[in-house]
Amino acid sequence: MSRYLLDKFLYTVDRDPDLLERYRNDPRGTVQWWEAERANVILNCPGLECSTWLAFTHAEREALATHDYVTLFELGSHNFLLLTLFIALFERDYSEPLGFQREFAARLGHWTVPYPDIST
Amino acid sequence: MATVAAVIASTHHPFYYRASTSAGEDRPPFADEWVAKIEAFRETLTRARPDVLVMVGSDHFHQLWLDNMPQFLVGKAPCYDANFYNEEREFGLPRMFVRGQEDLSAYLLRQGLDAGFDLAFSNELRIDHSITCPLMTLRPQADLPIVPIYTNIFAPPLPQPRRFVQLGKTIRQLVESWPSQARVAIIGTGHLSLELGGPRQFGPHGPDPEFDRQAVEWIASGDLTSALAEVSLDSLWLPGNATHGFMDFMLMMGVAGENAKADHVDSLDLFHTMEAYFTWYPKEAGEIE
Repeated sequence: MSRYLLDKFLYTVDRDPDLLERYRNDPRGTVQWWEAERANVILNCPGLECSTWLAFTHAEREALATHDYVTLFELGSHNFLLLTLFIALFERDYSEPLGFQREFAARLGHWTVPYPDIST
Repeated sequence: MATVAAVIASTHHPFYYRASTSAGEDRPPFADEWVAKIEAFRETLTRARPDVLVMVGSDHFHQLWLDNMPQFLVGKAPCYDANFYNEEREFGLPRMFVRGQEDLSAYLLRQGLDAGFDLAFSNELRIDHSITCPLMTLRPQADLPIVPIYTNIFAPPLPQPRRFVQLGKTIRQLVESWPSQARVAIIGTGHLSLELGGPRQFGPHGPDPEFDRQAVEWIASGDLTSALAEVSLDSLWLPGNATHGFMDFMLMMGVAGENAKADHVDSLDLFHTMEAYFTWYPKEAGEIE
């Protein structure tokens, strides 16, 4: 289970405007690059001091590579990080205010509490 | 010793800034009522004549991250930059700059550690909308020095609700024992029922209006006994998946004191969430004009 790494992807893309656009336009390529180059960067350490062990599962990689936020929710990615990043990715494609946010909710409509565990 | 001039608790809705500053067709229909309520709420702080603001909030995965996550953190810096790129992007929040009351930060850290809270600290903290929203609503000129205090209500494992209450009580005692003539307002923001990134988000009301009604009653009457009896880390998932922010309200109930009735209570049922505003004036705050 690499919920932490899923969250790290969402977090690091959400805070970087260039990476955000790259992920919107080329999700599979961005995920592949990010896992190879960024997944093991400890955010408060220089590049000399990377981790050596972090990797996505196949299901996680596929969900990220296909912008599949329903599966990401079900895999336990953090709800706040997931929502914030996906608003930034797709809200612009909806003409109604909150149109994307409401579709997001509807596509998760088959869920009732308890939701998937988000603890890391 | 310092005087606690006011204790203030509220929600922190990041859409307020845009709603209140928009005009014409962009101005939402609820904006005027919202602004009127905020202006009345702002007056409750102004009347207390504060010199310093202690501000309790929660970083929304901006600076604090899962590789090194503090449960309770006190900012200790001479200045704080504020708001982040993704808050500018999503909510239209402006970049801000606030001075810090560093000697009070140092006092709260030393005395808090000695009182049994292993507080983390930050000497370079960028604050987010959990603290800038109440600045924009309550003190938009942002002219008073602050002490920011962050709590973890986002990243499990979280501290227990009673720990938030205990920290609130401790903050109150420590501010009252701070060797200073300053008038200090203690302000904290949290959430009532709230869903973010889940099936109940952005509905016509908050996800659990009954929880909201009960929560407002607990806060307004200072009913810590009932709140602590009925709220747990597990139960807070039920009203909405971001409802653990209610523990910041519980912290502020600890600051205000057991059974302390709020002097100002107001709320606004918005789409997506209920807004709520509370102010207490401690007796020692003196005459409030």
